[in-house]
Amino acid sequence: MYVAVKGGARAIENAHALLADVRRGDRSVAEISLEQISQQLALAVDRVMAEGSLYDRELAALAIKQARGDLIEAIFLLRAFRTTCPRLGASAPFDTARMDVRRRISAIFKDLPGGQVLGPTFDYTHRLLDQGLAGEADVAAPPIAAHDGTPMRPVADLLAADGLIERSAASPADAAVGDLTREPLSFPAERDVRLQNLARGDEGFLLALGYSTQRGFGRTHPFAGEIRFGEVEVEFFAEEVGFAVPLGTVAVTECQMVNQFKGSAAEAPRFTRGYGLAFGQSERKAMSMALVDRALRARELGEEVGAPAQDQEFVLSHSDNVQATGFVEHLKLPHYVDFQAELGLVRRMREEFALRDGAGALRDAAE
Amino acid sequence: MSAPVYNFAYLDEQTKRMIRRAILKAIAIPGYQVPFASREMPMPYGWGTGGVQVTAAILGPDEVLKVIDQGSDDTTNAVSIRKFFAKTAGVRTTTRTAEATVIQTRHRIPETPLGAHQVLVYQVPIPEPLRFLEPRETETRQMHALADYGVMHVKLYEDIARHGHIATTYAYPVKVNGRYVTDPSPTPKFDNPKMNDSPALQLFGAGREKRIYAIPPYTAVVSLDFEDHPFERYRHDGSCALCGSAESFLDEVVTDDHGGRMFVCSDTDYCEGRRGAAQEGAQEGAP
Repeated sequence: MYVAVKGGARAIENAHALLADVRRGDRSVAEISLEQISQQLALAVDRVMAEGSLYDRELAALAIKQARGDLIEAIFLLRAFRTTCPRLGASAPFDTARMDVRRRISAIFKDLPGGQVLGPTFDYTHRLLDQGLAGEADVAAPPIAAHDGTPMRPVADLLAADGLIERSAASPADAAVGDLTREPLSFPAERDVRLQNLARGDEGFLLALGYSTQRGFGRTHPFAGEIRFGEVEVEFFAEEVGFAVPLGTVAVTECQMVNQFKGSAAEAPRFTRGYGLAFGQSERKAMSMALVDRALRARELGEEVGAPAQDQEFVLSHSDNVQATGFVEHLKLPHYVDFQAELGLVRRMREEFALRDGAGALRDAAE
Repeated sequence: MSAPVYNFAYLDEQTKRMIRRAILKAIAIPGYQVPFASREMPMPYGWGTGGVQVTAAILGPDEVLKVIDQGSDDTTNAVSIRKFFAKTAGVRTTTRTAEATVIQTRHRIPETPLGAHQVLVYQVPIPEPLRFLEPRETETRQMHALADYGVMHVKLYEDIARHGHIATTYAYPVKVNGRYVTDPSPTPKFDNPKMNDSPALQLFGAGREKRIYAIPPYTAVVSLDFEDHPFERYRHDGSCALCGSAESFLDEVVTDDHGGRMFVCSDTDYCEGRRGAAQEGAQEGAP
């Protein structure tokens, strides 16, 4: 007789042993090192740090290796570690105007102080598979020019100096920053929490939402005012010593989107902003985030709210890929108790249907 | 690289205090969903992170823990969660319902009646009973505040009009202490009556949705229904092929390709207990 299977614990252990085996793969192929991942899969590391919301290249590389290159799984690993880290406080707001810029472009001015700096970019590459990379290729050192020392003022500041764009709302220096990893999200959410949610949010989800605004579902008329990527110093205000101490630098990508104007009878029209910021070189993410940030400001700016990207609850509740993947994949867990209850009801309704149907057939025959 | 060091039952004490405050509030307002700052756990959202956080917050070193999924101690996720606490808290674990002081469950309430010394911790996927009628949290919170539950009764009525039955067979909504309509988690409605007037404390944790709620001991829990369509408990009409119970909720097992089925207790501890007792009885009776 069939007896319900036992031995879940053994099965799990064996499955994990098999996982470790396939993760390593063919032992005759050299094992990949964390340095190799960090150096040569740098953008994957950037994405994992950004959505894992933990700036640690080495741990992110480890997570990618452990996750067999599944970036959402790697993000999850990093998040699960991050949540156990003690929270000392919040850094001082960092100043991206003082960024050590590696790339800075503006789509709204042909030239500007400091110039357009393309930096390392896929833009303008022809997407032709490079067979030369199939083996080990010698890569020449890139050409280097001296920096002329012109400060790269943020483009938005140049516009703001003339009053052409809204000023970013400045919060008081002592204002607490919201943290949705410490307080549950509630609606309506303020912009600080919204931006945190988007910064942790899934790149693909934000990309699709941002794209939807361009196609007319909550149009915002965006211009890429500026995208900059480089290193910024992080400072922490230490109570004990009474001043801010530098903690180190982080590489970030910032996007200032310039969007269609707003004005009123009392106020001259000016451009509005959408803002995106992500760890590492994550331009797609930063730009998508800026589009969605602007779309989520619809209500605040007196615009009609109807498109998915403008809907706070819809966007903020579904942006997190660790939550999303967990719940989607939980359908793999056993549900046979619930299914049994459903099965019982469906069978009963089918019996009733057959009875009715049978009665109908008899009636038809009698007529 | 810093080697991670984890606290007793994984969560740090600050977090446990935060969760305990949410639990106390939940007990004080039976059936009300208390928002809490749910943490990222080392298992995926939707796989019991809410229940795990509640259990971690209430677990003491002397506790005896039982973990079930679909009524069974041996299903993969139950095994995984039990191992997690055995490892991070070093507590004693058991499969015996009667021996456990804390029982974490997914989708079932044990058949063996619970006592006042026990806590039942439910894993909850969607804590909001109104969610599939109204997707917005801002709206459903207001509906709860106003006890505006008409939409739920309309749904149940429409079920009857369309199918001749209330088509909800699990996660069947209940009213707790005459006030809040509450989701019992996706337990089969067979289990709903066990929630009523239970001597055990019932705690519900929804990690992804960041909500905790509770049914204190000896609280009235009523399954929603109509006078002319009273709540009905459903179980497959038959008895367990292993222990012969005609009372327990049964799992259906497909035994061959030709429509063969057998029905066995979903609650494995209950089933084993009955089989053990039957065997002892037979031995005592033997000459």
